[in-house]
Amino acid sequence: MNAIATIAGREIRDGLRNRWALGAVLLMAGLALTLAFLGSAPTGVVGASPLEVAVVSLSSLTIFLVPLIALLLSHDAIVGERDRGTLLLLLSYPLSRWQILFGKFLGHLSILTVATVLGYGAAGAALALAAGEFDADSLASFARMVGSSVLLGAVFVSLGYLISATVRERATAAGLAIGIWLVLVVLYDMALLGLLVADQGRTISAAAFNWLLLLDPADIFRLLNLAGLSKTSLFAGMAGLAEQMQFGRAVLLTALAAWVAVPLALAAFVFSRKEP
Amino acid sequence: MTTTPTIFMQGVSKRYGDSYVVRDVDLSVAPGECVAIVGHNGAGKSTLVKMALGLLTPTAGRITLLGENPAGRQAMAFRRRIGFLPENVAFSAAMTGREVLRFYARLKQVPLGVTDQLLERVGLAAAARRRVGTYSKGMRQRLGLAQALLGEPRVLFLDEPTTGLDIESRQMFYDVMAELRDAGATLLLSSHALSDIEQADRIAIMKAGRMVACGALPELRRLADLPLRIRVHVVDGNAAREFTARRSVQWLDDLRFELTCADDGKIEAIRSVSLLQGVCDIEVMPPTLVDLCDELTREAAE
Repeated sequence: MNAIATIAGREIRDGLRNRWALGAVLLMAGLALTLAFLGSAPTGVVGASPLEVAVVSLSSLTIFLVPLIALLLSHDAIVGERDRGTLLLLLSYPLSRWQILFGKFLGHLSILTVATVLGYGAAGAALALAAGEFDADSLASFARMVGSSVLLGAVFVSLGYLISATVRERATAAGLAIGIWLVLVVLYDMALLGLLVADQGRTISAAAFNWLLLLDPADIFRLLNLAGLSKTSLFAGMAGLAEQMQFGRAVLLTALAAWVAVPLALAAFVFSRKEP
Repeated sequence: MTTTPTIFMQGVSKRYGDSYVVRDVDLSVAPGECVAIVGHNGAGKSTLVKMALGLLTPTAGRITLLGENPAGRQAMAFRRRIGFLPENVAFSAAMTGREVLRFYARLKQVPLGVTDQLLERVGLAAAARRRVGTYSKGMRQRLGLAQALLGEPRVLFLDEPTTGLDIESRQMFYDVMAELRDAGATLLLSSHALSDIEQADRIAIMKAGRMVACGALPELRRLADLPLRIRVHVVDGNAAREFTARRSVQWLDDLRFELTCADDGKIEAIRSVSLLQGVCDIEVMPPTLVDLCDELTREAAE
């Protein structure tokens, strides 16, 4: 336990030292504030509260940005240490490889959590100052959005480790990280849409479609936040999807957690098999 | 009385595909002994050290470290008492020397108070609060030694510890090594440098993954039976011509010549050249370590 905390502490310190954490916080806060205020302009007509509008726009931001930051942090975690020559020494110390991996995971996730909470918190606080009181419902959905953003980040930290444990070259890891981002964040949705259009509802039932959405963590995140609230889903244009949604929030969260656990376990397995 | 060897290897091989990096090596290092592994780059020295540490699994053969399998579950327990200085040691550049050492001390569960003494010991006290990124190669190596000394190790593995060090740093390394041996620690080091090897009780010579010879330095010299060279300086070249005509010598220039002789003929040869007229200097040059390694390697191949 002590060893895990030591590794996590070093990752956090490293993140603070090389301004990684600061950069992530500034990026998240800057974009979140911009989106929150740009998006709050036309809300009077729809009747959604500014905070709910912010949930919608920040969710879209999360889907693109959080996986990218997570992968940037994590793709180098093992292959980078091997390349710099720090891994060999670490492995000769009295700690096992899964402890190294899990310690890094906690460290990187802490950086990501701080960046998300501070960045989105700044946007939320600014909106509160501008618009006054919020109802409890909107606050809850905002908090859920921040929490699930962190969870989505954890998914991509795990995926980054799986890449990092598998490949031999840092450049390969970076390339694969970009590839994974592109596939899960952009291409999968486009392919799914194309499939639906081509199929015309002949073979793919609504149930099958829901299952297909679970295969992409970004889509699970979307379902959690955009289809969750009736008001938000109307605004986000996800209402049609929400009606046909067969999975409750618990199932979605479990699926997202599995997206964290499975790649992390696989990364630990690959790492334990690999010769330094 | 038989004691369990601290490091024990029997028939150890490491193969990648069809090529052997280490082949059929036997080595036994007794408690308190210092053994140096010598060989060219790629001879398998580092691989052997990594296998002894349990970082690599041998393809064949048996290894025990302190009586246990170094890659086994029990290894976690005794790793606290093992020091390792890898070849080209590296640390995260953003941390200070002090932070690096405290990080490793926590992992080894050593009281953090020791770290400042260790930094002092390796001569890094003044640079302790500077980032490792600003350290020179020698300073990184010193920091590497400091982390290897954490937890009063019973066994130390030093992989090319003095490569790139200046004379002062080297001497500091040797002092520390001597202290460790006085404290009863076992040392396994790999090296190119003759001055490193002089610190060792025994020398193991490796060539292309095989251990071609292992023994104390005088023993290896006897085994190789290489001639030594005697270099003679004279004030007047002509006066020595008569002598040199009788023996096979090699003139380096007008005033210097060299002759070779077997180890046991050394005294007789020195005596005869010292009687020459106009001799002003005699240098006796024993075969170098490189000569010794090459000769023993050649003998092993035959």
